[in-house]
Amino acid sequence: MVDRQLTYVQAIADGLVQAMEDPRVLLMGEGVDNITGIYGTILPSFKRFGPQRVIDTPLSENGLTGIAIGAAMDGLRPVLFHQRNDFMLLTMDQLVNNAAKFRYISAGVHKVPLTVVSFIARKPGEGAQHSQSLQSLFAHIPGLKVVMPATPYDAKGLLLSAIADDDPVIVLYHRALFEQKDHVPEELYEIPLGQARVAWVGSDITIVAVSAVLQNALEVAEQLENEVSVEVIDLCSIRPLDSRVILESVAKTRRLIVADTGWRSFGVSAEVIALVCENLYLDRKPQRIALPEVPAPATPYLLKNYHPSTEQIIEEVRAMMA
Amino acid sequence: MTEELLSQFYREMLRIRLAEEKLIELWHANEIRSLMHLSTGQEAVAVGVCQALAEEDLIVSTHRCHAHYLAKGGSLKKMYAELAGKVGGCSRGKGGSMHLFEPSAGVFLSLPIVAGSIPIAVGTAFSAQLKGIRRVTVAFFGDGAVEEGVFWESLNFSQVHHLPVIFVCENNLYATHSHIIKRQPNDQIASRLSGYGVYAETVDGNDVESVYEMTLKMIGRSLSGQGPSFLEAKTYRLKEHWGPGEDWHLGYRWEAEGDMWRKKCPLLRLSDRLGGALINQKNFALMTEQINAEIAEAVDFAKSSPEPEEKELYQW
Ligand SMILES: Cc1ncc(C[n+]2csc(CCOP(=O)(O)OP(=O)(O)O)c2C)c(N)n1
Ligand SMILES: [Mg+2]
Repeated sequence: MVDRQLTYVQAIADGLVQAMEDPRVLLMGEGVDNITGIYGTILPSFKRFGPQRVIDTPLSENGLTGIAIGAAMDGLRPVLFHQRNDFMLLTMDQLVNNAAKFRYISAGVHKVPLTVVSFIARKPGEGAQHSQSLQSLFAHIPGLKVVMPATPYDAKGLLLSAIADDDPVIVLYHRALFEQKDHVPEELYEIPLGQARVAWVGSDITIVAVSAVLQNALEVAEQLENEVSVEVIDLCSIRPLDSRVILESVAKTRRLIVADTGWRSFGVSAEVIALVCENLYLDRKPQRIALPEVPAPATPYLLKNYHPSTEQIIEEVRAMMA
Repeated sequence: MTEELLSQFYREMLRIRLAEEKLIELWHANEIRSLMHLSTGQEAVAVGVCQALAEEDLIVSTHRCHAHYLAKGGSLKKMYAELAGKVGGCSRGKGGSMHLFEPSAGVFLSLPIVAGSIPIAVGTAFSAQLKGIRRVTVAFFGDGAVEEGVFWESLNFSQVHHLPVIFVCENNLYATHSHIIKRQPNDQIASRLSGYGVYAETVDGNDVESVYEMTLKMIGRSLSGQGPSFLEAKTYRLKEHWGPGEDWHLGYRWEAEGDMWRKKCPLLRLSDRLGGALINQKNFALMTEQINAEIAEAVDFAKSSPEPEEKELYQW
């Protein structure tokens, strides 16, 4: 096997060019045709397939979502890009009232094979409206699927599955993962939606990690190797949630920490813990590691303890093992 | 227009230009803890509009809010401290560069979600009307914002209710890296509003006098109950979309275009117009000196302003 190391960004770009081989696929978003547009993920597709199918759009997120839904229902496979997931809040009416509902309220006649791709950021200085992590809002809605690739391999594979899927799928990438490198096969491959992955095998405690926090969880597993046997699960899909992989792991470890990039209350971490508690008895109270209940401040001086950190997870693991 | 007034315009534009040049320096010295969208080249819109406003009038702005904030009387100290993430900032570092505001000067708020602040402006005009306060609100936004539905919803409502609001669209031809012609049917935004009955005019946004005069006219209409106006100011962003540098290498626009606009620099334009009469060497030197002193003081203020304490994360 040829070792083909790609960064997370290159893996996205790679997946898009391959997806475009299907003439029904089109890419739409603000600045998609520029070198810096959507972090350069789309330029290779633009160069290859041109402005007819790689469309630089006006700043009209909600309208364009509806337009993409219409085109999707009529047989195309649009992929709509938003530079930041904060901007997806403008699209909620079309996503929630329309895309998520049409298959159900047409008794299966309508299909909406729409993919929405967006990005989460957490750099200091970006602030309250530019560094949110909104997965749980989207995942609350029956009829939407939500995936959060945490590796270059998944960045490509989950994207291709999302585009191939007949339902609306939201793919949320994380900018903190842009530099990650991984073997990314050249061929077109898909990773089933709704499938979590054991990223580190262990037996004492399970850490379910979401998106960029996977890196922290893996660091924890490695740093504590001689102390605690940590099992790390990369959730990959938020909706549908892979109950099998989660429950199998926690049935073994009977200890659970969920670490998320989003807020704590009503979030992904709460949902995973509810799922586990409905099905299993634990030896210790499960814990959530997630954002505090305030918007993201811009100043870095207040961000020191805002996002989940490796140290914070280690502390929690030790407390739970004590 | 009196030379005194023109000289005041010049001073205000120079203050913004120099304040932003200092920001570039601070950025390179790693003192900025925030994103930064410079207004260089667009100063005349901010100054022309804000000079026409009264102190109690309100403005709302966008991600590119430095010039509006300063022109309406925002404090340079608070702005620098905000960008440095310190407690002396207008929101104690919480908001960052895209949320500048100053209640005492009528800088109501700034928001980086494109077009998101436009309905807020209309809301303040609605409130002024209901409360019977004589006041106008200006919504500053870019050419990209008119592509958002909420702009048209706001415009419609304000016309139906004859609200005292002035929509000021800084048409700098680009939204991030996309030219307006790729995003809109043409580059004449004001011409598309006639069906609404909103009073709409286009001015040379690099000519501070035209901006000022047109704004005065629009304020007069609003205060006499004739409702909203729309001012399209043609201008040009000389720096990159965000950050301290230039971006000709990105290939979405050409430096020749930039050179043409550099010749139309609002400061150059006004000093040419004044023909050195007022802005003679001595006056100019004094003006620059005063502004630089204010800037130096603001830099010191930001530097010595404390970092917010951890517990502030949970405040407000
Ligand atoms: C709703 C929304 N969509 C996209 C963005 C990303 N974005 C930030 S500034 C900008 C361009 C805005 O262009 P314009 O309104 O012309 O203002 P300018 O930057 O030229 O001053 C874009 C697309 C955003 N902030 N909000
Ligand atoms: Mg613009």
